[in-house]
Amino acid sequence: MAGWFSENGLLLGLALLDGLSYAALVFMVAVGLNLVFGVLRIVNVAHGSLFAIGAYTAASLGLFLSARGLPPAAGYAVLLLAAVLVGGVLGPVIERGVLRRVYGQEDVLQLLVTFALFMILEDVQKLIWGVQPLFHDAPMKFLGTVDVPFGEDVIPFTAYQIFVVPGVAVATLAGLAWFLRRTLTGRVIVAVTTDKEAATAMGIDAAKVTLLTFTFGAALAALGGALASPTTSLVPGVGAQTIVLSFAVVAIAGLGQIEGAALSALMIGMGRSIAVYFEPELEVVVPYLIMVAVLLVRPQGLFGVVETRRV
Amino acid sequence: MNRLVEPLLALAATALLVLAAWAVPWLKFVLTIALAKGLAVLGILLLLRAGQVSFGHSMFMALGAYTVAFLAPQVPEALLLLPLAVLFSAVAGLLIGLFVVRYRDIFFSMLNLALCMVFYSVLEKFYAITKGTDGIRVTPITIAGQEPGRETQEWLIFGLALVLAVGSGLLVRAYLASPMGRALAGIKTRETRLEFIGVPARRVLLFAYVLSAVMGGCGGALLAMTTRHVTPLLSYWTASGELVFILILGGAGSALGPFLGAAAYELVRVYAAALVADAWQMILGGVLLAVILFAPQGLWGIVAGRLRGRA
Repeated sequence: MAGWFSENGLLLGLALLDGLSYAALVFMVAVGLNLVFGVLRIVNVAHGSLFAIGAYTAASLGLFLSARGLPPAAGYAVLLLAAVLVGGVLGPVIERGVLRRVYGQEDVLQLLVTFALFMILEDVQKLIWGVQPLFHDAPMKFLGTVDVPFGEDVIPFTAYQIFVVPGVAVATLAGLAWFLRRTLTGRVIVAVTTDKEAATAMGIDAAKVTLLTFTFGAALAALGGALASPTTSLVPGVGAQTIVLSFAVVAIAGLGQIEGAALSALMIGMGRSIAVYFEPELEVVVPYLIMVAVLLVRPQGLFGVVETRRV
Repeated sequence: MNRLVEPLLALAATALLVLAAWAVPWLKFVLTIALAKGLAVLGILLLLRAGQVSFGHSMFMALGAYTVAFLAPQVPEALLLLPLAVLFSAVAGLLIGLFVVRYRDIFFSMLNLALCMVFYSVLEKFYAITKGTDGIRVTPITIAGQEPGRETQEWLIFGLALVLAVGSGLLVRAYLASPMGRALAGIKTRETRLEFIGVPARRVLLFAYVLSAVMGGCGGALLAMTTRHVTPLLSYWTASGELVFILILGGAGSALGPFLGAAAYELVRVYAAALVADAWQMILGGVLLAVILFAPQGLWGIVAGRLRGRA
């Protein structure tokens, strides 16, 4: 064991750091998926596409603006702007234009509608940005690298991936917990999630809450994508990968669990990146295997509550 | 509607297919593929009756196709390869089914998707065995002892597909009318009640799942014999999406729906896919959306509506 560690310690350190940043990104998407499910009772298969479109928008916007002399430090504002833009435009369009028409219909149809949206958005993304990889890493380079002590070794790693990405995720988690528990709007969302009928009877405008929540969830996914854009070159297929991973996170945590999603995002993120460094062949399979393993033991997820069966 | 209408329509459709294949020789190839896919879609129809939609059924098509590709050199006879494909997909369907029938709704859908993607990456990564993305060329095989001469063999495969399609259609009709089939609808409405009257819901669903896997495997085997080339893409999520699309397009109300959908889909694809290769998924998604919003019973629903209006 000691021998293995001195040989592979560096690699393991890299994997853990990479996994941390990856987990933060997946968490951002999963938490939005969770929130939207809570209010709409629809698992939005197109949620991963919002991540991809957020990433592409951020990269394009960043390239466009920095070519016109935008200081690199302002690049972070651009990431946020991209998220607000994508969430603010696509969120209402999808919710008002499409989803609203299928509320109350069969579950299968609702699922298929979001699947159709997913197919459309995947191609929209290809039509706008093509299939050539897109890369804009200025926001990551700007912060440089930090030396992370790991046992006897020192690992130089980008500060962006160590501080900014997980930082935003932690802020999202804390902010969301505060928002949902302490503010009026937040508690209204929780009320609609718990019992839509009762909430409506108390005078809550459920349609407005639905629109708000969906837009917010879309913006979170887009923010995840925007944060991811400096760390990787963007290629088609990101959307499909993201939705499956973030669904895995939600399923492992249990539908509706936000803090739990943070923990399961860490499991998935770390698991995947350890696979990338040690058994690259298994990269694609590991998140699924973790999900399958957890669901085998606890079908309702790690933190999920067993639903009472209606007769 | 008269109980005889469906079989009569099926008979007419069969005659029409044979006529079309005879009049326009290249159509034979397209129609054989449509029948093969229709067969797999028929399997998904069973699951939809229970309110469950599988986003991963192309994995059984791929399994059937690879079974043919792997065993063709040793067993170069279609009438032996087909039962082998059935056997393998039945075993796979049973093993996977034992796991996935414990879950409902989105969990069911996404677990199928996950397993399908795992199968895809297994096919893609293990180059030594599966030749990776290059795929495997299916070596020449005999059909009912007939040596591979192009014209006769094309007719034989077409006939084989037609016989299997009609046979499975009849089987599905009988199955759905039986108590086992009726119980599927019970899973959709209220599973708990089903169990209260002593029907083991999981076993009912498992049976349907194995049957659907067999139909998928059968369709895949036919596909491999027709196209003579198999690649991991057969198991990619887009292939599964295509099957779900065909089902909704054709309509899940009758065993004829999947074949109606598959024929329409393949015929349009011959022309459209070349013209708009970049936006193909988008068009599929758009049509899927339109069908769900405006004609939720699919093409079959339109046909049936017409017939009912006339009668």
